[in-house]
Amino acid sequence: MSAGTSAVGGLRARGWSIDPSAATVVLLLVGAAIFLLVGCLRSTTFAQLTVQGVALGSVYGSLALALVLVYRATHVINFAQGELAMFTTYIAYELMLHGLSYWEAFAATLAIAFALGTVLQVTLIRPVQHRSVIATVIVTVGLFILIDGIVNWIWGGDYKSMPSPFGLGAYNVGGVVISHLYVGMVVVVLSSVLLVWALFRFTKLGLGMRAAAMRPAAAALVGVRVDSMLAIGWGLAAVLGAVAGLMAEPSQIFLSPTLMQPILVYAFAAAVLGGLESPAGAVVGGVLIGVTLTLIVGYVPQISSELQLPFAFAVLLVILLLKPSGLFGRREVRRV
Amino acid sequence: MRSQIPALASLLVVAAVLCLLPFILSEYNIYLVAQVGIFFIAVLGLNILTGYTGQISIGHGAFMAIGGYTTAVMSRDHHTNLVVTMLMAFAICFVVGLLVGLPALRLSGVYLALVTFALAVSIPQIPLQYSTFLGGSGGVVSSRSVSNLWIYTATWACSAILFVLAWLILRGRLGRAFRAVRDSEIAAVASGVELPIYKTLAFGISAAYAGVAGSLFVLAANGFAQPSEFDVFLSLQLLVGAAVAGLGSLWGILAGAAFVGLLPQVSTSVPVIGAQHGRDVVFGAAVILVMLLLPDGFAGLLARIRRLARA
Repeated sequence: MSAGTSAVGGLRARGWSIDPSAATVVLLLVGAAIFLLVGCLRSTTFAQLTVQGVALGSVYGSLALALVLVYRATHVINFAQGELAMFTTYIAYELMLHGLSYWEAFAATLAIAFALGTVLQVTLIRPVQHRSVIATVIVTVGLFILIDGIVNWIWGGDYKSMPSPFGLGAYNVGGVVISHLYVGMVVVVLSSVLLVWALFRFTKLGLGMRAAAMRPAAAALVGVRVDSMLAIGWGLAAVLGAVAGLMAEPSQIFLSPTLMQPILVYAFAAAVLGGLESPAGAVVGGVLIGVTLTLIVGYVPQISSELQLPFAFAVLLVILLLKPSGLFGRREVRRV
Repeated sequence: MRSQIPALASLLVVAAVLCLLPFILSEYNIYLVAQVGIFFIAVLGLNILTGYTGQISIGHGAFMAIGGYTTAVMSRDHHTNLVVTMLMAFAICFVVGLLVGLPALRLSGVYLALVTFALAVSIPQIPLQYSTFLGGSGGVVSSRSVSNLWIYTATWACSAILFVLAWLILRGRLGRAFRAVRDSEIAAVASGVELPIYKTLAFGISAAYAGVAGSLFVLAANGFAQPSEFDVFLSLQLLVGAAVAGLGSLWGILAGAAFVGLLPQVSTSVPVIGAQHGRDVVFGAAVILVMLLLPDGFAGLLARIRRLARA
């Protein structure tokens, strides 16, 4: 085997595999899965809440994955990721008003989101990304405010409703009512996540993007166009965000400018739970957070839906204090 | 000492102008300048943390909320003297800031930004849950309302005291430690700076400033403390103010505070920008442009002009 291919193998191993020392993590996850399975078999309410949690959690996971993609590429959190997702959902709404069917609008929106993400990275992020984390974070915060203002300007702050993508029916699995919506949400989110994963894993473009994220200087030396790779990374993140926004809308019933603000906090918690560096961790973290929140709000009377956000904040804090590297992350080594 | 004479002179001029303004301005404009003062205090506090200690916070609106609710609840339930409630807001937020600073010890950069952002989003939910004590979405009404002149005087008196305090803190041992932490944590530890003490202290001081600002914020809103007034946008506005002012400098803060405090009020008469959304567009665009074109904010601009004048 030549040195070149072993280097590629090394990149692959570093980028996507799970650390072998994380056997406890796997055990924990298996334990959680068994707990959920037993609960679902014993109680239909529990099963219904779990399904709802998985569906919502896949949306959080999708947005968390978008955050992770940006973090891996530029080592910064895009605080505008949720607002960007909300904005692209409004674009889909507008396209449907102009006569496109749901799935035509869906596809067009993803293309627009990709272009938008790429352009934003090139015009706004690239000039500041080498300055400091604080500077970049402030730019994304500015973007947050700007997008919110633009959406309120164009569409107003009142609720809009979109046609339901999966109809209003439900499956009945052994007494457990599972609406088509939840199944559709999971299928759409997971297939888009799988597509992105395949892109990173099996294409030359994906290899270049991973190289650019991991070792920018070395990647540039072997001919990877690092700047374009980072821009494409932002574009892909915007696409995943758009999927999250489009799938979040029917679960919230209405489209409003604040659609993604709580979801962004859940996605933060999911991304941190997964380790902030790990794409698989983001998705697993999203589902875990979704199921936990739904079950807790469903079963613990002290935690009402008003306290769902503060609870997510507490979860975020606890993860960071107990295991800052998350479930699938590696410890960071800090340099002077 | 001589090098500080121009700085002292310009401070005295600003102070003199602020003393004279109430005699010239109309009632409404006095209220506007008081608003600037409230943001001055909050942005000053945020700058101590983010600008001088290098710890980003996107959640300072949460401390303003705690300070504001302290004043409203104490005044509603115990008819406490309003100045005393401000001191209480200062003390309570100092303690809460220390507590938030504790987890922040283990977090830096983006993680801290995440946590403080989540804090800012979560805090307005608390009054909704405990609505008997904190008034729910309708808010808490304090027992007294005060005149605009009272607000003006209180705000700028607090600003003056807190500005001098910040200046004393930052020029001394504490300030040097803060800056060492900002520039390199590891190098700071190696030079004998106790990270846990200084990081939490910076959080406490900064939160206490925000608490006083929140207390005044509630009094300026006719004694009304409402969850919607303390939403995440308040926190984002403070960060915008700090960025426009210039991180790590005290000279631009007045400009940053004026930008954040006046734009929402002044722009109501301007078409397009008048409404809430237009304001957000201007805020967002402004902070992005400042970061791209003028990384050190207004303070950097001042420094550049001074250098040009000297050359």
